[in-house]
Amino acid sequence: MVVIGAGMIGAACADALARRGMRVAVLDRGPVVGGTTGAGEGNLLVSDKGPGPELELAVESLRLWRELAEDLGPRALEYEPKGGLVVARDRQAFTELQASARLQCLSGVTTVEVPADALGELEPHLAPGLAGGVHYPQDAQVQPALAAAALLRRARDTGRVHLLAATTVTGLSEGRVETDAHGTLLCASVVNAAGTWSGEIAALAGATLPVLPRRGFVLVTEPLPPLVRHKVYAADYVADVASGSADLQSSAVVEGTAAGPVLIGASRERVGFDRGLSVPVLARLAAQAAELFPALREVRVLRAYRGFRPYLPDHLPAIGPDPERPWLFQACGHEGAGIGLAPATARLVAQLLDGEQPFMDPAPFGPGRFGKEQA
Amino acid sequence: MANSADAVDGHDLGDRHERYDLAVVGAGPAGLAAAAAAAEHGVRVALLDSAPWPGGQFYRQPAAELRASRPQALHHHWPAFQRLLARLDVARERVTLLADHHVWSVTGGSGAFAVRALTGPDQRQARQLTARQVLFATGAHERQLPFPGWTLPGVVGAGGAQAMLKAGLVLPGRHVVVAGSGPLLLAVASCLVTAGATVPLVAEAADYLGYARGARVLAANPGKLVEGAQHGATLLRHGVRLRPRTAVVAAHGTDRVEAVTLGRLDAAWRPVPGSEWRVPCDAVAVGHGLVPQLELPLELGCRTRRLPDGSAALVVDAAQRTSVPGVWAAGESTGVGGVQLAVTEGELAGLAVAGQTAAPRELLRRRARQRAFAELMAARHAPGGGWTQWLDDATEVCRCEEVTARQVRDAVSELGAPDQRTVKLLTRAGMGWCQARMCGPAVARLCGAHDDGAPTRPLSTPVPLGLLAECDTPAPPSEGAPDDHP
Repeated sequence: MVVIGAGMIGAACADALARRGMRVAVLDRGPVVGGTTGAGEGNLLVSDKGPGPELELAVESLRLWRELAEDLGPRALEYEPKGGLVVARDRQAFTELQASARLQCLSGVTTVEVPADALGELEPHLAPGLAGGVHYPQDAQVQPALAAAALLRRARDTGRVHLLAATTVTGLSEGRVETDAHGTLLCASVVNAAGTWSGEIAALAGATLPVLPRRGFVLVTEPLPPLVRHKVYAADYVADVASGSADLQSSAVVEGTAAGPVLIGASRERVGFDRGLSVPVLARLAAQAAELFPALREVRVLRAYRGFRPYLPDHLPAIGPDPERPWLFQACGHEGAGIGLAPATARLVAQLLDGEQPFMDPAPFGPGRFGKEQA
Repeated sequence: MANSADAVDGHDLGDRHERYDLAVVGAGPAGLAAAAAAAEHGVRVALLDSAPWPGGQFYRQPAAELRASRPQALHHHWPAFQRLLARLDVARERVTLLADHHVWSVTGGSGAFAVRALTGPDQRQARQLTARQVLFATGAHERQLPFPGWTLPGVVGAGGAQAMLKAGLVLPGRHVVVAGSGPLLLAVASCLVTAGATVPLVAEAADYLGYARGARVLAANPGKLVEGAQHGATLLRHGVRLRPRTAVVAAHGTDRVEAVTLGRLDAAWRPVPGSEWRVPCDAVAVGHGLVPQLELPLELGCRTRRLPDGSAALVVDAAQRTSVPGVWAAGESTGVGGVQLAVTEGELAGLAVAGQTAAPRELLRRRARQRAFAELMAARHAPGGGWTQWLDDATEVCRCEEVTARQVRDAVSELGAPDQRTVKLLTRAGMGWCQARMCGPAVARLCGAHDDGAPTRPLSTPVPLGLLAECDTPAPPSEGAPDDHP
């Protein structure tokens, strides 16, 4: 097996395949966790997903994350089952939030409605005047780079996984992966977990996969005593994730970290791979965070970082074999949810590869859903 | 680009904020010379610096309340500084000096750059201006290579020790071992003994004999030889010994440094076993050369090159233009070369910004000569790879996040982290207050690199969240916002 990409998805796939006894080479054109994984917050969320296949995948994935945390130790992943708190600014938003929470319940999500006067018990520093919220105890957090590294390490400890960093794939055909640094690798199947660059990998095999980058900025404050206990965001965030607009959208997710800094993320823009600093985007994140937690106004922002989420037009990942090339498995396009969805994605890939009955219907993630390939 | 928020920002800002032809970031020797030269030719200049007075690290001045009678006693080239200030004074109608302004971001493009700074007590006041062009004279900071005990009180940066002396007339200790590498060490030691400290020795990791190989470049820069000789004479007079191929391999003490272990080094900076000896002291001033400060130009996309010592510096053309239209650079940001080169580059950049295309021949010749000397120094004092051998596992490499050499090495060997960014993600090294300014070069080199890396920092200084939130104000022109926006 060759897994292309040593980010979170590639690490989870390598681990899942190696544990089934397969021999795996993990390639990356750069270092480990060099792409979206190294630029993310490590959100493990069910709260931001409406009923449907992605939520089903997320519920299973968060269960697998709990297992991983038990197996590897929560410190190795900086796993924090802190829970999410989605708040509504006004009565109407609260009504919509409650309705959506009831639907999520049917998909196995635990939700707890929080009336306005009880918000302070969950988050003492939250701004007054909010209409209410919903608490999602399943939402959790990992440090994504550490988590991916821990999984890669566990995979390597099986003795069946080779990590080949700084190796660019130059050609892809059935049974053969051509590389610049390690010549030709012979394999039975290929897993494309190249994140934002998955489209280019697919194209090497002649397949079409319209993965595009969606830029995000995250703000990091100075280390603070515990101020924010959950992942807190306003209800309009849910609408942003599903939006197809190219313009900036942001609804700050505010959360504390074990190390002390508060993270505020993340904006969403379709600007290609433009790495340029956008002060108005940072400003909007800051304003939204201050609106939720007025005490943050006096706190200093120490740094900002940016990354590019790999997204597909319908905002669902591509998981499974290419319809014309059964040896090429896609595991990419998770947009901003890749860390959370990684273990279940890897499980699905491994089950499909092994010819086993998958734990859920993979059809909605079928890579063939984007029409005919290039001539 | 047309629909990116930043473009909107860049265009709208101008209606509501101060406008200048040129924003010079950094009022050290290069920035002062550039501002003076440009203003003398009719350019309206904003000159910004984080310090309360102009002068930069080199011409750092004591606070007025200290009533220093002769600040120049600690300065070489003081008259040159006075001349630059006098020129700015003559051109004062066209130069706005914004001291105590910490620039945290420069965005936009040629014709409309937005410069955002923090000022006031505790840097909690925002100031924003637009400029048609930007010139970076952002200087350098010290490269630190850690050793066991380097976090003890009393161990200070060599440049920091000099700055303390110049700004506050405070000595870091009475018996100060000066160590590291680079020409700054002699200047620092000379400063320290002049101010009354004793310096048991200056430990220089490189081999000074190496200069002989650049004899022609040396002969072309007689001023540098005189300067070196002056420091040498001062040190000789005070009985200070210069030990080449020597390093502080450990500092000892409980509450404060009490002694250091020195060791001989081979050509690759590996400590020679059995060569160690102990020297008592109450302070150590240490630095391993200077690294250009590039976060602002890197955010704008300016191209860099590697100097022989592994530092990254901005690529500039003959007129000091960077690779980004409308962006200029002078001084240490184009490669560490000292005060004279900085002034020369500043003059040339200022003239070029003002459209004076025919630069004086003499200036061009001087720059070529001084640049050659700078490259020679960079090559002679390039850190050898062997320094990592004096680290023990418990040595803290990143002080802000308390990450040890062992943790960094594990990230490299177990997880295959090939560079500073990956080590940061896996260990938190470089995520703290200093944003890897202190540990970045050391971590990059622990990953096996022979260079300092060049991490990007979208915010070049911490910004209060409330002020950042207010930067999202692309108000429509019809609102008629006041012109005297603070």
